[in-house]
Amino acid sequence: MNIVINGHPQQLTSGKILSDIVASYGKPSRHIIAELNGAIVPFDQWAQTSLKDGDALELVTFVGGG
Amino acid sequence: MANDPLVIAGKNFSSRFLLGTGKFKSKKELGESIESSGSQIVTVALRRIDPERHEENILEFIPPHVTLLTNTSGARNALEAVRIARLAKASGCGNWVKIEVINDSKYLLPDNQETVKATEILSAEGFVVLPYISPDLYTARALVKAGAATVMPLGSFIGSNQGLKTREFIRMLIDEIDLPIIVDAGIGAPSQAAEAMEMGADAVLVNTAVACAQNPAGLARSFALAVEAGRLAYLSGLPLQLPSAEASSPLTGFLYDNIGSN
Amino acid sequence: MITLAQIKNILADDRRESVEDLARQAAGMTRRHFGRAVSLYAPLYLSNFCSSHCTYCGFHSRNKIRRMKLEAPEYRREMQFIHGQGIRNVLLLTGESHKATPVSYLKEAALAASEYFQGISLEVYPMETAEYQQLFTCGVDGITVYQETYDRERYARVHLSGYKKDYDFRYETPRRAAEAGMRQISLGILLGLGELAEDLLELYQHLGGLEKSFPGVEYSVSFPRLRTVKKETFAACDVDDAQFVKVMALTRLLFPRVGINLSTREASALRDHLLEIAVTRISAGSNTSVGGYTLLEEEQQDPQFDIKDTRAVDEIVKMLKARNFDPVFTDWRRIENTVQPLRTVLGK
Repeated sequence: MNIVINGHPQQLTSGKILSDIVASYGKPSRHIIAELNGAIVPFDQWAQTSLKDGDALELVTFVGGG
Repeated sequence: MANDPLVIAGKNFSSRFLLGTGKFKSKKELGESIESSGSQIVTVALRRIDPERHEENILEFIPPHVTLLTNTSGARNALEAVRIARLAKASGCGNWVKIEVINDSKYLLPDNQETVKATEILSAEGFVVLPYISPDLYTARALVKAGAATVMPLGSFIGSNQGLKTREFIRMLIDEIDLPIIVDAGIGAPSQAAEAMEMGADAVLVNTAVACAQNPAGLARSFALAVEAGRLAYLSGLPLQLPSAEASSPLTGFLYDNIGSN
Repeated sequence: MITLAQIKNILADDRRESVEDLARQAAGMTRRHFGRAVSLYAPLYLSNFCSSHCTYCGFHSRNKIRRMKLEAPEYRREMQFIHGQGIRNVLLLTGESHKATPVSYLKEAALAASEYFQGISLEVYPMETAEYQQLFTCGVDGITVYQETYDRERYARVHLSGYKKDYDFRYETPRRAAEAGMRQISLGILLGLGELAEDLLELYQHLGGLEKSFPGVEYSVSFPRLRTVKKETFAACDVDDAQFVKVMALTRLLFPRVGINLSTREASALRDHLLEIAVTRISAGSNTSVGGYTLLEEEQQDPQFDIKDTRAVDEIVKMLKARNFDPVFTDWRRIENTVQPLRTVLGK
């Protein structure tokens, strides 16, 4: 399945559940925000959200800024 | 002075020193700077997760009582700013947003018009909006109308540490706009922060000067003290500054000439 | 904003150097913002019918004067005369009588005036926003309304009856006029009526608030000193010339761009000196009686106040030019007065 994560095309080999994808980054999920195809996916829906071929996912988090 | 809180959107703050969290050498120094300065409002930004880098979560270094102000840096227009603000809100970390719309990589000047548009949209959605602008009275008035919680005029270019180059324009906003005026950008020294507060600014936001200092925590505390000093000076009432006189021949001699009206 | 204590200090400091210093600073400020331009206008009293009893005014309702109201042919004659003197800004005045001079009458008079004058201001009874809008479409650009004194107690004591008793309605008049789109608004206090420092502070706050809400309006202020009417003094005026100069100078310093007006109540010499310091608008060739320009002989006239500067327009112009001032007869030309509801910049 081909999807785009943070602007980079990716091949998803296993698991298309959003919470799994985020977990695979090895960072705590707290304070990560997910936007799927332009729409924000609330944290409590990640476990129920599965991605399809062609989806675009943005994962952002807080960093230092002025 | 007791009982002189900074009030933004109905929330009281005892500190008038806001701290930006960019450019710090380490998150540890950031945490220490927040603590030493007593800052209660701190800006953060949103970025895509980078799988390659192992970054500590910045929020771990910001005490829970501190109000997070997510800035929309990276946004080049109102819609992008709105998008970033909504993402930040979805994190559950609050709905305070600093609108920073910059479409200029040479001067990093904010786009006042896009900022007003973003303020209108986000304020209507219930965000507490703190817009960052080039000091301009019309823009500020439009922001009041758009529902902004404060107005944040720049003192000089971001990162330039040149102080209050725009002081006369900031003074105008302080005089004419009934929202808290927070001078943001370009403040490079505690004396400049004090100057802003003496003029009647409600608060200042500093980032670069502290983050790039040799001793960030020390400088942060110095800034906080300067902000207090400037505020106290303002409240104590600096002597009335009338414009300087110009030499000319006597204008009021006639009053003493015994030739006057009855 | 200046404090009451600071105003009192300035007024109390009667050393010659202090007065001179304040005057010089004010003069510098006036030159910077106005150059040497002096706007000229003339008053035209349309009617002295008045339902208010204001103890200090020659026209008050209990005063036994001949009540007159000009009809169209009569006021046109007056307008023609004033126009013939060179004047192009007129201030139309009436007493406070909705009955004798209703809004319809004022509209007619304004329409007639717009055939003779580029600038038309009204100094009449306070009105509602909608009424100001109507007058605006008839060519009125400016509204003059003096609170007289901001001291409520004193105000109540000198305004004994009539509509003028309503302090708050009067106070809000400038705001309503601005909302209606009026471009020029003139405020004032009657010096000698209330406590000077207190009244000044209130005036400054009133003006400052209006400037903030309606920044596009051109504001001016007047400081009439209580004067004799037909040689009778209605109230003692304890504001002497030096205080008078200080009041004007201070106002100029605090409000660099606000016009300062000086009427013919004051003597010629004083007027000329004050032009150098702070004054930017003066009346010329004035008559303060209804029908006084062309319709009545002097002994028949009932002036609102006695005129001290009786110079004709051309004498005033000559004086101005001799002192290097720039007499301005027409500042703005009306090209279209349409009614556009003006929302304050701060929104409702």
